Amino acid sequence: MNWSWMLPPSFSTVSGDIDGIYYVILWITGITFFITEGLLFYFIFKYRHKEGRKATYDHGSTKMEIAWTMVPLVIVLWIGVVSKGVWDTVKVDVPPAGLEVIVTGKQFEWNVTYPGPDGALGTSDDFETLNELHAPVDQPVVITLRSDDVLHSFFLPEMRIKQDAVPGQDITVWFEAIQPGDYTIGCAELCGIGHTTMGGTLTVYTAADFQAWSSSQAQQQQP
Amino acid sequence: MSTIEQEMVHAAEGGHHDHHELPFIRKYIFSTDHKMIAKQFMFVSLFFLVIGGLLATMMRWQLGYPSQPMPGGMLLPDAMMAPTPNGAIMLPEFYNSLVTMHGTIMIFFAIMPLLVGLFGNLLIPLQIGAEDMAFPRLNMISFWLAVPAGILMLSSFAVEGGAAGAGWTSYAPLSASGEWTGVYLGQQLWLASLTILGFSSLVGAVNYITTVINMRAPGMTWFRMPLATWALFITAILILLAIPVLAGALIMLLFDQTLGTGFFRPEVGGEPLLWQHLFWFFGHPEVYILILPAMGIASEVLSNRARKPIFGYHSMVLAIIGIGFLGWIVWGHHMFMSGMNPLLGTSFMISTMAIAVPSAIKTFNWLATVWKGDLHLDSPMLYALAFVSMFIIGGLSGIFMASTPVDIYIHDTYFIVAHIHYVLFGGSLFAIFAGITFWYPKMFGRMMNENLNKLHFGLTIVLYNLVFWPMHNLGLQGMMRRIYDFTQYEYLAPLQPMNEFISISVFLLVAAQSIYAFNFFWSLFKGEKASNNPWDSNTLEWTVPSPPPHGNFPEMPVVYRGPYEYSSPESETDFYPQTTPPPSKPPVQELIPEPVTPTPEGF
Repeated sequence: MNWSWMLPPSFSTVSGDIDGIYYVILWITGITFFITEGLLFYFIFKYRHKEGRKATYDHGSTKMEIAWTMVPLVIVLWIGVVSKGVWDTVKVDVPPAGLEVIVTGKQFEWNVTYPGPDGALGTSDDFETLNELHAPVDQPVVITLRSDDVLHSFFLPEMRIKQDAVPGQDITVWFEAIQPGDYTIGCAELCGIGHTTMGGTLTVYTAADFQAWSSSQAQQQQP
Repeated sequence: MSTIEQEMVHAAEGGHHDHHELPFIRKYIFSTDHKMIAKQFMFVSLFFLVIGGLLATMMRWQLGYPSQPMPGGMLLPDAMMAPTPNGAIMLPEFYNSLVTMHGTIMIFFAIMPLLVGLFGNLLIPLQIGAEDMAFPRLNMISFWLAVPAGILMLSSFAVEGGAAGAGWTSYAPLSASGEWTGVYLGQQLWLASLTILGFSSLVGAVNYITTVINMRAPGMTWFRMPLATWALFITAILILLAIPVLAGALIMLLFDQTLGTGFFRPEVGGEPLLWQHLFWFFGHPEVYILILPAMGIASEVLSNRARKPIFGYHSMVLAIIGIGFLGWIVWGHHMFMSGMNPLLGTSFMISTMAIAVPSAIKTFNWLATVWKGDLHLDSPMLYALAFVSMFIIGGLSGIFMASTPVDIYIHDTYFIVAHIHYVLFGGSLFAIFAGITFWYPKMFGRMMNENLNKLHFGLTIVLYNLVFWPMHNLGLQGMMRRIYDFTQYEYLAPLQPMNEFISISVFLLVAAQSIYAFNFFWSLFKGEKASNNPWDSNTLEWTVPSPPPHGNFPEMPVVYRGPYEYSSPESETDFYPQTTPPPSKPPVQELIPEPVTPTPEGF
């Protein structure tokens, strides 16, 4: 059993920053946890009822109230500011695409459309894969995420990517893998009876291997 | 004279002076006495608490032993379980119903009516010195709307297609049409039930607000009100403003389901995200509806059992009010991954970070309350201390989700399942145990058995943590919530031992609750007789007999001080009831701030 509070390894250009903020919060909350719980247990032990003990008659202290209002406020707002930068990188500032694909969720599969040899989506040489996303390493993969029916959530745990697919909306998601290999695609939003089976594989290739795979697929799928 | 006129005359004559014995049906069933209604809410919601727990054990069977025959599964119909030669295996559609109904029942039919229906009804009139609620018959209606809502909700298990299976949040479009789930009538019953329950809550909220504003005894100024009543008052305001939004959304979704309208269905021009905005605009205040009364109860018990004034009474009140305001502008943090504009995500992150502050203030004040106290570590105090300890964990884990980039990874994973249970079980439910144990003598005139309670406390706090702590770790490993068979994912399959460990802990945790149930019923008949004030408390409910008579106070109480004057040098004992006149200053009428005679209004 894994009782660790460490995150599993991650493999995208932004995942290091995301994990970094996680560890910052883990340190802050961890220290707060030990201090507050420690004090609570210490007080329970130290001030437990004994014959002759009398509680201190004390209504509070404005100084302490100000302290424990301002210190948490500054800390959480600082976490907010740091988080904003990474959030913008992941969700707002989409880089120029190395590969553009359309991912469409529907009960209970992920359909991926690739641009084909002409490099443009929506043309006759587009080809598709089911429950597989193939991508080159070290290039931003920009996904247009769609849904045909209900909400799904496109989850690439190793890339630290998650985005709901919403019917009627085109949502842009991007990631850039830093190491070739096979990774998981999951659905993280309850989408019906087969929700649990809506998984797939993300395969990341070197640039050359991806080219080879892409052209072979394009040829196979030519009508 | 008509009955209404008779009642009005009776009320005008002072109401509580000559109460003849009411017939059984008016006393125990269609009662207008707030204490009886509180008990009715308690029994019904404890029943639902048991149901919710049993649903959880079935869910945990499937997670601990994915797709293995469930013991006793053969007793369930084929619509829920697939029979095999070795036993019956749970179907995914039934698992989805379990997920949905466990959440719905625990939130709407167990925790909320325990906190608001039980403690709101029991404590508000008694703690402010009122003879009953402002509108006793509305109060009765509030309970009798909740009952049919509960019956409708449970009956949905028996209809064709089974109970609702789109999660307790019922996200559209999954919930908007049976074609996606195979659940038609079940989802509609879910919507109808919650709409009716919403009316029940609204009626109750109006009553609480009116009662607190109008019916406080002479001398019971706003800042002499006990924190439990403060919390319940702010909670009632949140209910009054939040439930109409939910009711509107539920009715729109019901129209989408039954009439084919397109509020949330994109194929006919609807907007799925609208449901989420409406649901969470209600749903986040709801989170505070579920924790504020628990905070109030814990404050009462901590101060009393520490024999020490609550630390920073005014900041405690301001923190409750602050949460009441900030609670309205954080709903978007449930929707960071929803496809909502990511710039909006940043604003919701900042407001969410800000709402951590009032919770921190309350926690530090609780710590400072037990600091240098004289801690009587009996069972209500143990439950209340557990509340503080577990709420700290739930509060801290919330910061992870509040940070938008971290939420990308842990959103919709078991990390959030851990978080919500640390707040709602570790927080609210431990406070409910504290509250029921603490006010049990006032409700029933008998004490609960202390040894059994300590045994229950010890088992519950340990098993509870064995269940929910490792869920953080599951979430960090990427295990999604609401997933029927996680072993379908190769990277999640190694988590089976931990899931099995959690499931076994759940079975023991649920079994341990029978100790409390036994103690509860046993003490009704065999418990030690309770005095009027077994906890040496200051607040008004402890000045009247246990249980209090109809009309509560034989004479209008007069309040001289705040509720937490424990170990005051002015008093010879370590408590100083709110009604004890100050020494050297006899209770001259002029000293009493504007004697308000509460008008005993009928409905």
